[in-house]
Amino acid sequence: MSTITSTAPATTADRAPRRGLVNLAYLQIELRRLLRNRRTLIFALIMPPVFFLLFGTVQEYKTKSVGYANITAWIMVSMALYGAMLATTSGGASVSIERSQGWTRQLRLTPLRPASYVFTKVVSAMVLGLASVLVTTTVGLVEGAKPLGLHPSMDGQWGRIAAATALAWVCSAVFAAFGLFMGYLLPSENVMQVLGPILALLAFAGGLFVPLGTGLFATIAKFIPTYGVAQLARWPLTGTGGGSDIDTGNLALAVLNVVVWATIFTVGAAWRFRKDTARV
Amino acid sequence: MTSTDTTRQPRPAAGAAPAIELRGLHKAFGPVRAVDGIDLVIQPGEVVAFLGPNGAGKTTTIDMLLGLAQADAGDVRVLGMDPTRAIAEGRISAVMQSGGLLKDLTVGETVELTASFFASARSTSEVLARAGIADIADRRVEKCSGGQQQRLRFALALLPDPELIVLDEPTTGMDVEGRRDFWTALRADAERGRTIMFATHYLEEADAYADRIVLISHGRIVADGSAAQVKSLTAGRIVSATLPGLLADAPEVAALRALPGVLDLEVRRDRVILRTSDSDGVARHLLTQTAATDVEITARGLEDAFLALTGDTQTDTTGSLS
Repeated sequence: MSTITSTAPATTADRAPRRGLVNLAYLQIELRRLLRNRRTLIFALIMPPVFFLLFGTVQEYKTKSVGYANITAWIMVSMALYGAMLATTSGGASVSIERSQGWTRQLRLTPLRPASYVFTKVVSAMVLGLASVLVTTTVGLVEGAKPLGLHPSMDGQWGRIAAATALAWVCSAVFAAFGLFMGYLLPSENVMQVLGPILALLAFAGGLFVPLGTGLFATIAKFIPTYGVAQLARWPLTGTGGGSDIDTGNLALAVLNVVVWATIFTVGAAWRFRKDTARV
Repeated sequence: MTSTDTTRQPRPAAGAAPAIELRGLHKAFGPVRAVDGIDLVIQPGEVVAFLGPNGAGKTTTIDMLLGLAQADAGDVRVLGMDPTRAIAEGRISAVMQSGGLLKDLTVGETVELTASFFASARSTSEVLARAGIADIADRRVEKCSGGQQQRLRFALALLPDPELIVLDEPTTGMDVEGRRDFWTALRADAERGRTIMFATHYLEEADAYADRIVLISHGRIVADGSAAQVKSLTAGRIVSATLPGLLADAPEVAALRALPGVLDLEVRRDRVILRTSDSDGVARHLLTQTAATDVEITARGLEDAFLALTGDTQTDTTGSLS
């Protein structure tokens, strides 16, 4: 079967299309491609820890509690989420480049299922998101992010920092869907040049970079897609606040925000995906 | 062309189904009828050129053949099955005109990745060797020339060892050397008995590499046959001869005009020029019944056939003779 001189046609059994979503060879190549993309690595793995070092390591932040951890930890989780968001968005949005290069059309000339393609893109985006979270968290822990209780009884709970970090990663899945949606919606070859600034604006407006306080912007923020994920990821650190001056909002509202936006982005991505793969 | 016929060893057909079967195919884009009633049957082992000017409907037909587009009306069967299934089973491969490659992968990675999509695929080294690009396996796709990228697309098409390969204008934008290398690789493969259909608007490619030419214009098939047959369809050959002291109203001229197969006749000084579908008969008549000298028979080029049949340019036959 593998010799050059063989002319025997493949048997019917060989011809059976592959089943299942997971194609490990594709996943491996996708991860290799991410490592080769310098711009993605800078955005996902270098910028977030640098932001953390710039804004999160003031001495005062290390000694002031947000409930169960110091402010430094709060900023660390915020930046980890921001990095994961950038990573998953750019992973999802890479379908835009691959559409413009005709790759998705080429895939339709192979037995690979379109769903398997999207699955591979999402998984590799989430892997990059995880790498981003781990880098920022490592830098954060070295630079003084730690549990710090408002009361001695709330002190020393490392599990809350671990939970917040894990939530930051899980929540970034919402932005993988966002990236996919935008990737199928926007024809641009450099879709991240548009989405990068949008994500930064959303991060400010949703209270990811700076506490919202009260007032008009705090009200608007509750409708921003970054609001829910930010509140949810930091919830293990703040709890209900317990008297700290950090706005912890309302957990139910944060969950509702995440669910609504996750649904909008997923339905949007699925809608564009179906349109893209439909036979015309 | 006949030499390729004798060296080819058609692969035993899996069942009696034709490689390609198009019935009453129609496809419109708004008011434009891109494909306007195409019927075509291609048997296993044939090498067919799908020849037509830009906008004739070649790519639209190929898209429907590959299941990338849905016909408004008509039926498409590939190896007796739906195109989508033929693709899922790796029985049909395609080489598209452009795009479809990830620029940041190497040639070898692209082949390995594509191989992973199939349940069973030939080895990377084998298809690279067949496509003649084994030496550039480590090169990034973006660093490859147009010709090398096209041979990479061809290597990808070979992976599932398909029964049928469809190529859409495979040599567009290639330099002379790239085109030659590409056709060398393709011809070597065709000799193994694979069914091949390629779209082109290069007449010489259709003439040189296909057993059969299907001429398409304005979404319809206007001619279908061997290159020689397609050429003869536009009124075959030109026969010219010198007749001393010839006059346009001479009885010899009337006799020539009355010969079977003569389509057109022109007298220029003492030279008579005929367009005929029976050049042998005209030559025999000239040599046996008249005092004709310097008898010349020339085949009309495929270029003429193309222009006359597709009707995009109103060919001036007398002009082409002068």
